[in-house]
Amino acid sequence: MRITLNSELKECPDGLTIERLLDLYQIDKNRTAVELNLEVIPRKEHSKRTLKDSDVVEVVTFVGGG
Amino acid sequence: MSFSFTEEQIKRYSRHIILPEVGGKGQQKLLNAKVFLVGAGGLGSPAAFYLAAAGIGKIGIADSDCVDYSNLQRQILHSTKDIGRSKAISAKETLEALNPDIKVIPYTERLNSGNILDIIKDYDVILDGADNFPTRYLVNDACVFLKKPLSHGSIFRFEGQVTTIIPFEGPCYRCLYENPPPPGLVPSCQEAGVLGVLPGVIGSIQATEVVKLILGKGELLKGKLLIYDSLNMDFRKLKIRKNPNCPICSDKATIKELIDYEEFCQVSG
Repeated sequence: MRITLNSELKECPDGLTIERLLDLYQIDKNRTAVELNLEVIPRKEHSKRTLKDSDVVEVVTFVGGG
Repeated sequence: MSFSFTEEQIKRYSRHIILPEVGGKGQQKLLNAKVFLVGAGGLGSPAAFYLAAAGIGKIGIADSDCVDYSNLQRQILHSTKDIGRSKAISAKETLEALNPDIKVIPYTERLNSGNILDIIKDYDVILDGADNFPTRYLVNDACVFLKKPLSHGSIFRFEGQVTTIIPFEGPCYRCLYENPPPPGLVPSCQEAGVLGVLPGVIGSIQATEVVKLILGKGELLKGKLLIYDSLNMDFRKLKIRKNPNCPICSDKATIKELIDYEEFCQVSG
């Protein structure tokens, strides 16, 4: 299946959860917020939410400096 | 409509006044505006400079730190002569020297759940350039409680993020990041470094948003998070919706009072 991750098209295995996607791209799970089709998905649901073809995923990292 | 500009003001703000989107009326709005800046560091420096130059009539600026040599690579409000001095006081001097037309109120105490509402209640817009998560959550929550527009900016290494929060109309900081990160997981700028010019870009975008908000012109970063990657010179604009389960700004809100999170991770600015 193809998903859009941070504005880029990516080919991914079917049935991928958000958690596995983050693992696949070596994204630190504790420092990110994940938006799936414009909906922010709480961290505790990342292991349960399965991605579908043409899903749009945005991953943003906590940034706090000033 | 007539305006009571002095001759000096007409000269000082002429490049604004000739812009149809600003004009005399808009400049008068800027002169009447009250903006509160959280932090006189990397983000607060460029933001305060431009807001002062634009003639924002009253600028409150809060910072409990003193100027250190390691700040001067990016915190352009302060000079070498200011080492060891209060950042808020140093900021006031710099800004009033740039524009004697405006009033700058320095706050040297640290913002906390006990003082923030009282301090910010008389300001129209808040600009967050804090260097730590406890203050960022405190400022977001206080702005939601008081329904104050908030320009949020943050920086880390080569990356910056900006958004404009209009409480209840658009998403707040907790709609995206519900709670502060677990202690120790997010390295500080002190530990990880920050490109000196990065806050110049992000703080200037914040100031732009504040000016537009006061003028009531243009499109704001409401419901949008602008992510700037300075290393790859990439700007990404992400749509954010109000979170229907947001712990502070949704109907299911559980946070009813301000929280003083522990200073577990100072993200030095």
